Amino acid sequence: MSILGNRVLRKEDPKFLTTGGTYVDDLDLPGAVFVTYVRSTVAHARIVSIDISEAKQAPGVVAVLTHEDIDLPPLKPEMPMLNQEMVREWLASDTVRFVGEAVAAVITEERYQGPDAAELVMVDYEPLPVVVDPLTSLDNETILHAGAASNLVFEMNFGRDESLFDGCEVIVRQRVMNQRVAPCPLEVRCAAATWGDDGRLTQWASTQNPHGVRDDLARILGLDPAQVHVISPDVGGGFGAKIGVYPDEIILGWISKKVGRPVRWVETRSESMVNLGHGRGQVQDIELGGTRDGALTAYRLTVLQDSGAYPRMGAVLPFMTRMMLTGVYAIPKAEFASKSVVTNTTPTVAYRGAGRPEATAAIERAVDMFAAEIGMDPAELRRKNLIPADAFPFTTQTATTYDSGNYEGALDKALEACGYADLRAEQARRREAGDVRQLGIGLSVYVEITGGAGSMEFGSVEMKADGRVIVKTGTSPHGQGHVTAWAMLAAEQLGVSVDDVEVIHGDTDLVPTGGGTMGSRSLQHGGVAVNQATTQLVEKARGLSADLLEAAPADMVLDKAAGRFHVAGTPTAAKSWAEIVTAAGEGGLVAEATFVPEGPTFPFGAHVAVVEVDTETGKVTVLRMVAVDDAGTILNPLLAEGQVHGGLAQGVAQALMEEVVYDEDGNPTTSNLADYAFISAAELPSFETVSMETPTPRNELGAKGIGESGTIGSTPAVHNAVCDALRHLGISHVDMPATPERVWRAIQGSRSAVPA
Amino acid sequence: MKVDITVNGNATAHDVEPRLLLVHYLREVLDLTGTNVGCDTSSCGACTVLLDGESVKSCTVLAAQASGSQVTTIEGLGSADAMHPMQTAFREHHGLQCGFCTPGMVMAAVSLVNEHTSAPGSGAATGRPLDDRSVREGLEGNLCRCTGYHNIVQAVLAAAESMK
Amino acid sequence: MIPSLFDYVRAGSAEEAIALLGEHGEDAKLLAGGHSLLPLMKLRLANPSVLIDVGRLDELSYVRDDGDHLAIGALTRHCDLERSPVLAEHAPLLAHTAGQVGDPQVRHRGTLGGTLAHGDPASDLPAAVLALGGTMVMRGPNGERHVAASDFFQGFLETALAPDELLTEIRVPKVTGAGWSFQKFTRRAQDWAIVGVAAVRHGPMTGVALINMGSVPFRATATESAVNDGASAADAAAVGAADTDPPGDLHATPSYRRHLATVLMRRALEEAGVS
Repeated sequence: MSILGNRVLRKEDPKFLTTGGTYVDDLDLPGAVFVTYVRSTVAHARIVSIDISEAKQAPGVVAVLTHEDIDLPPLKPEMPMLNQEMVREWLASDTVRFVGEAVAAVITEERYQGPDAAELVMVDYEPLPVVVDPLTSLDNETILHAGAASNLVFEMNFGRDESLFDGCEVIVRQRVMNQRVAPCPLEVRCAAATWGDDGRLTQWASTQNPHGVRDDLARILGLDPAQVHVISPDVGGGFGAKIGVYPDEIILGWISKKVGRPVRWVETRSESMVNLGHGRGQVQDIELGGTRDGALTAYRLTVLQDSGAYPRMGAVLPFMTRMMLTGVYAIPKAEFASKSVVTNTTPTVAYRGAGRPEATAAIERAVDMFAAEIGMDPAELRRKNLIPADAFPFTTQTATTYDSGNYEGALDKALEACGYADLRAEQARRREAGDVRQLGIGLSVYVEITGGAGSMEFGSVEMKADGRVIVKTGTSPHGQGHVTAWAMLAAEQLGVSVDDVEVIHGDTDLVPTGGGTMGSRSLQHGGVAVNQATTQLVEKARGLSADLLEAAPADMVLDKAAGRFHVAGTPTAAKSWAEIVTAAGEGGLVAEATFVPEGPTFPFGAHVAVVEVDTETGKVTVLRMVAVDDAGTILNPLLAEGQVHGGLAQGVAQALMEEVVYDEDGNPTTSNLADYAFISAAELPSFETVSMETPTPRNELGAKGIGESGTIGSTPAVHNAVCDALRHLGISHVDMPATPERVWRAIQGSRSAVPA
Repeated sequence: MKVDITVNGNATAHDVEPRLLLVHYLREVLDLTGTNVGCDTSSCGACTVLLDGESVKSCTVLAAQASGSQVTTIEGLGSADAMHPMQTAFREHHGLQCGFCTPGMVMAAVSLVNEHTSAPGSGAATGRPLDDRSVREGLEGNLCRCTGYHNIVQAVLAAAESMK
Repeated sequence: MIPSLFDYVRAGSAEEAIALLGEHGEDAKLLAGGHSLLPLMKLRLANPSVLIDVGRLDELSYVRDDGDHLAIGALTRHCDLERSPVLAEHAPLLAHTAGQVGDPQVRHRGTLGGTLAHGDPASDLPAAVLALGGTMVMRGPNGERHVAASDFFQGFLETALAPDELLTEIRVPKVTGAGWSFQKFTRRAQDWAIVGVAAVRHGPMTGVALINMGSVPFRATATESAVNDGASAADAAAVGAADTDPPGDLHATPSYRRHLATVLMRRALEEAGVS
């Protein structure tokens, strides 16, 4: 019986549950000094002076470093399409551009001495005009980077068509804010660095992509990648924000060399809230046209992307938004335009979904508004316009080719699971009765792109003489359960127990190359690589056993239960794994594979949110979340459901609660977990998940990515549910997050607009 | 100053700064790194341990305040070979992913279940059976970014049954 | 984040705590559960040079039936209030409110006296004590004095306590069988109230107190009078927030807070039995 598709419990868990994981800050690094950064307290200012004299005298201080000490060239935006004049200094010299930017580094003998000494660094700032709102940035009245002619980082135009809406009977238009949110992995960033006698740099990093960190460190510090050893032990979550490496981590190796000691650094949560990249941050203008009987014919999305003070991955995410522009719908005409601009805020990066949730949020909100406009049930309007199940592969108006899908099937399952007709009846009853607590039902049917990042992945499998199997993978996990999943893949083909499989990851000396864990790529790239390596290992073993038995390889049969190869029809003529390993000689019985996928895959699904809105206070309570998510063939439903659950919670949080807020002077007002509304268990219901599996033809496992689907589908479902609850009051749209005051104000506005 | 704290059944005594937080006493003085720090505002609960049998956030307790008390951390709850029912339930229900909130979440859950099953008196907090809602509210002080809490709630309800 | 340097002394008795306060003057702070003070110290928003730990003074941890009133030791923890059978019978509002403070971990450490002495207008328990018409018992070098809860909160994080005084006991009238309600409007369960209302209706007595509606926790006297004069819950609630000056912050504007207070007062009065 196959182990694939079973709810195999995680191999990782006993350690996490009994001694806790080993995160970077848990490491013992003898002789290490501690780095504490002095960070800008103002959003935009000229630095008049930095006085470190008092700090240098503080107890335990080894060094206080400022820009004057740095001999590295400033950092340019990683991606070449971004405005290369928008450079970032390691430690600010003449200008700071967001609250939290590093100005000085204090090195102390002990952890507790760092904040004491950092307090004594005196920075004199001369305030400059602050740009918080990307719409203001667009005016270019205050240019953030003097070397750049404007605040524009990156621009895209696709399918420009002045006559786009010609012939449309109905056009809905809405500006939609896809607000800035904070990724908030429970483990903040943490790193340590030391140099060996051999001149090699060893850096421990809390990252989603250790090989990427290695290559970046080498490039920036002027080293050969072979001189850099990056180790990511357990990583306490990433959600996209730990894909790239940050300046305050990169410079640790440089500091270590400067002070001649190993160094370690961990940010506080308050620092993390303004230094770990933020997600989303799009101002969207949506326009959707069609006919009165519900044919959607033209769609335009215009995006203004907030890149923060220094452009990073966030600035290019509109590219992903464009790819997924029209979602699950067969809309004949579509147009996209985007501008990414800098502001005096924390740089934006990838956050769970990274550009695709923004696309889904826009189209799903637009479809709901269109349905309301023509008086059609939103489920019905969706059904009429879905790409049919027999149309795959399907190429959209923005040139994206979807691999496989059955969107109507997903919608049907979701509607059935939620009891849609009964919900609508209950909603009608409450409206009729004028209940204080009104019901809202929100739908979202989505498709997204996974495995788009990273074009290949490495995996190797080795059989040991004692029956243990060693798997090496280039996709280093941070909670996803790769160790269990990859063990299942190896165990399936080799016939060993998952307990006998050891999975090695997150160490660039042990695993030669890797693309990291991001974009929901791991199983479909890293898993497939491990699967292919396992297949090759079996073939190698088949050949070796055939040689030993002087038989033809084609005649050899693997008896998984017995752990040996025998000649077909002659079970006694057999060689055990141990004998074959011995025969393999010095190099061992090992196989490596590099999987190059044919292309990305496109998971899809349908979510239904049921919310209750207290019309007196504006408070929204989520009563139910029904989620149908199809990510192709599922390897381990336990792990897949876990991914969906986490995504759902983050999606609900964006719709209702979470938002990074700055005041007009650029001061962050959500810079800790007391102020930022990180969602807790008490604000969520238990989830109702429904499985569906439509395999992709693009890899042998039939697997698509499941890491981000929950987030992508749920935000618009909940957002639509809130708007749906208020529709009978004449309210067509309330922006996210639908906080109590925002909802209450919308209700107040509608009451004052409609004479009693 | 000198502090005496019994941690996981072992007497410990060290000379520390008065400002040393209990969580750093555990992590750095005793090298018990299972207990994590996830925030600086007593919001996330990653640092939750049992102090004289009840859950507290060890980032908001001074080691000095804990002197003379009993502390239980995740390392003292059960071992990989003999897990506490709460640990077993978290595994069986996939109540953890990255694992960072897990030690604190498990300790908070143990305290929650203990209070509901063996609490004295008849006050407002006691006597109610644990259900989905009360577990969610009972874990309001522990944040998790990975699981969406769904499986954590299932795990705590299952453990509450087996801890009876 | 970690606090600045300070000295720590543990008081062995209430008398010793008072003597230590006298000795160290205004640089000293009393430390009970520490859940108001330590977070401020970690953010370095409070930097006392001496902490006097009174958290172990078991002599000040009790809930006692003293005949016509209940006497509660200032160092009684929130979780002990929550579980107290005496409170459940004679002042369930207080037990229930204690169960709404922060989260379970906070309730295992935080004390009634600590939260009252901190005087935060966003705290839950001051409102319950106010609505019940409680009395604070304070002890200093010159002996003991009693202050009505309504006179205790004097400004933002300021109370009637002198620097050398220790809050030792809180007395509340027994309101056995009274109607009561506690309405807490939060963003997340663990958060401070955006607005909250504590209400008691006991015979001819009405107590209504507001959380986070000004620089101090206070009683909505206009609403109380209106109820006593026979007004409906809605009419009484409508007059309660009119003259308030609530804060505006990330979570709510002043006008929204006034609206919320009005809605929550009406709901509280209805739940407490005012029709």
